[in-house]
Amino acid sequence: MAKIGTDDWVARSGERRDDGSGWRKLLARADARVGWWQRLALVTLIGLIAGQLLTNVNVQTVAFNSLLYAILALGLNIAVGWAGLLDLSYIAFFGFGAYGYAVFSSTAFGSDGSGGVHLPAIESIPIVLVAAGAVGVIIGLIALRLSGDYLAIVTLFVGQAFMEVVNNVDPGTLGGVNGLFGLDPLHSFGGRVESPLGFYYLALAMTVALAGILHLLDTSRTGRAWRALRDDPLAAAAMTIPVKKLKVMAFSFGAVVGALAGTLFAAQQDTVFPTNFTANVLILIYACLVLGGVGSIAGAIAGGLVVTIGEQLLSSPNDAGYLFYGLIVIALVTRIRPWRQLAAVLAAVLAFGFAAHAIVGAISSSAVAGSPGSGGWIGSAVRDYVIVPANPATYGNILYVVLICALVAIVRLHGTRRLLAVIPTVYIAACCWESRLIVNPSITTQIMIGAILIVTMAARPQGLLGTPRVETVQA
Amino acid sequence: MSVLLELDHLSLSFGGLRAISELDLHVEENEIVSVIGPNGAGKSTVFNVISGVYEPTDGDVRLGGQSIAGKRPHKITQLGIARTFQSLRLFLNMSVKENVKSATYGHTKASPLESILRLPRARREEREVDALAEEVLSFFGQRLTGYRWNQPAYVLSYANRRRLEIARALATKPRLLMLDEPAAGMNPNETHEVTELIGRLRDERGLAILVIEHDMHVVEGISDRVVALDHGVKIAEGSYKSVATHPAVVEAYLGRDPEALAEE
Repeated sequence: MAKIGTDDWVARSGERRDDGSGWRKLLARADARVGWWQRLALVTLIGLIAGQLLTNVNVQTVAFNSLLYAILALGLNIAVGWAGLLDLSYIAFFGFGAYGYAVFSSTAFGSDGSGGVHLPAIESIPIVLVAAGAVGVIIGLIALRLSGDYLAIVTLFVGQAFMEVVNNVDPGTLGGVNGLFGLDPLHSFGGRVESPLGFYYLALAMTVALAGILHLLDTSRTGRAWRALRDDPLAAAAMTIPVKKLKVMAFSFGAVVGALAGTLFAAQQDTVFPTNFTANVLILIYACLVLGGVGSIAGAIAGGLVVTIGEQLLSSPNDAGYLFYGLIVIALVTRIRPWRQLAAVLAAVLAFGFAAHAIVGAISSSAVAGSPGSGGWIGSAVRDYVIVPANPATYGNILYVVLICALVAIVRLHGTRRLLAVIPTVYIAACCWESRLIVNPSITTQIMIGAILIVTMAARPQGLLGTPRVETVQA
Repeated sequence: MSVLLELDHLSLSFGGLRAISELDLHVEENEIVSVIGPNGAGKSTVFNVISGVYEPTDGDVRLGGQSIAGKRPHKITQLGIARTFQSLRLFLNMSVKENVKSATYGHTKASPLESILRLPRARREEREVDALAEEVLSFFGQRLTGYRWNQPAYVLSYANRRRLEIARALATKPRLLMLDEPAAGMNPNETHEVTELIGRLRDERGLAILVIEHDMHVVEGISDRVVALDHGVKIAEGSYKSVATHPAVVEAYLGRDPEALAEE
């Protein structure tokens, strides 16, 4: 009988280690060597350099927004990612922070559009954050007895209640549907932040500081306790962890970060409206967190950047085209092996399209009379490739349905059949894009973000930078 | 020896169902007591009442003379009763070391702010907790040390998960350790190892141990005293030999002897 406690498998673990080879190995080793604060410093440096390169005001605003969503995702991650509480009231705290900043920086408390309270940010923001933390405790206490789906439903109600409150309660002070506008610029100690670039740097500083703080919290006893109760609340309680207290803390901490993002948002936007805090925005924040990786600080930030920048690209038809065709090419290149097969599929996709265009054109010239929705070089490149009739609306709608069916078919097929099905599907996607999707950027944005989420989740369920997790089955 | 844990006429009902009836049971310092009984006898329910998952409907639970009935689970563990679970309940997504460290929450005091700023108390506690985690993990030889520290618990084998649960329970600095079927699902080698481990836990760490176990070799090998339950009632108590041959125990496990029935 073996000696107690000896374990050959463990003792010889070094011999079996396989980090892969080539650049993957180097990357894995570098990754293991770099500490968290070095990564954070690197991100800060990239952020500062990016700030220097951002000369366009619109781009600066997009950069600010992406960091705003990164902060929002970081806050949401506390309750959702760490403590495992499906909190849908988060949007209310974002709104609470924004309205909190607004009422302390405008004529809201004054009369006849003058007077009011005008606190410097160094006073108003802490007041708002403490108040948000207190409200978070109250909501947390209400939600304490609920978990899972039930918690989600109740907290969703809280989010809606916030909207109703700012819409209907005391329109004289909170502005009702018209919101509050003409807010003071963010100011403290005689300095003020007004320019988009200034707000970008402020958001960068906050993101970096928050990421550092949250990392230190995550690796402390509190962070461990949160993650423990997420995996198994009963076992956590049996291991000296006061589950109720920690759940309330998670709610409250998340509320504070959400409110912080709110104050930043209100100050930058100079106005606040009830419609800034709808369930749509909440879904977008969730999308950031899920795409980046639930439970991961780096993931939350990455998710905020990717979703916001992606949304921005999709709202301009030309950029959306790059993204659309780029994603198709990336998907084909990463999924199809070996290279010979990939080359064959790409060639077939091109040949299929030009042939289809030629055949349809020969039968009826009006069927190809329309021009592709894309402009620029993409537009001219696909002019003789995609079939766009003179009046593409109905045709595009039908094609969209066909595309969905084709995608479902691809998922169901395997092997060579799937490979063959890819060819017409890519072509249908291109036709649909050029004739219909690109014409309605606002709808297409939603569809594309949804599609990107679905594809990412299918390929990487843990999100871009998340770590894979197993779900504990509770007895 | 003084009495550490004492159940005094403990009863628990779920509606009309009496899961435990007037159970008297005690564990002395440095003693290993086994609880046996057929499935559904109420063994795990007794553990759940002691650890605070259920509040007893009647009777009392005392630890070192102090009543703990009705206290919340994390308080009870902090007072010195740690447990493992029959169906393993590890924090599967946390690393091996973090699993153990998470169980020290009740013995550490640093507030979130102190932790974020890494103030002296937070740093000192973190060092102590780290050392404690490594110490309790080294209790299992090499099995849970070295590179295992940073592996997520879900990669562990079944036997190692059972060991990790024990390590996690030890990190709460218990006086009484309650093991719910520590040898369930283990092969004969591992079962033998568990038997030795339970003895070492008592001898080296000075723990009192309350064990639920179905494997009679383990029960025989470790027990100072055996308590047999059936339908929530204590049917026998004493040395392994006396309990294992006790007519009521034999009857609970095997049913009544048909010949004896016929004679009646």
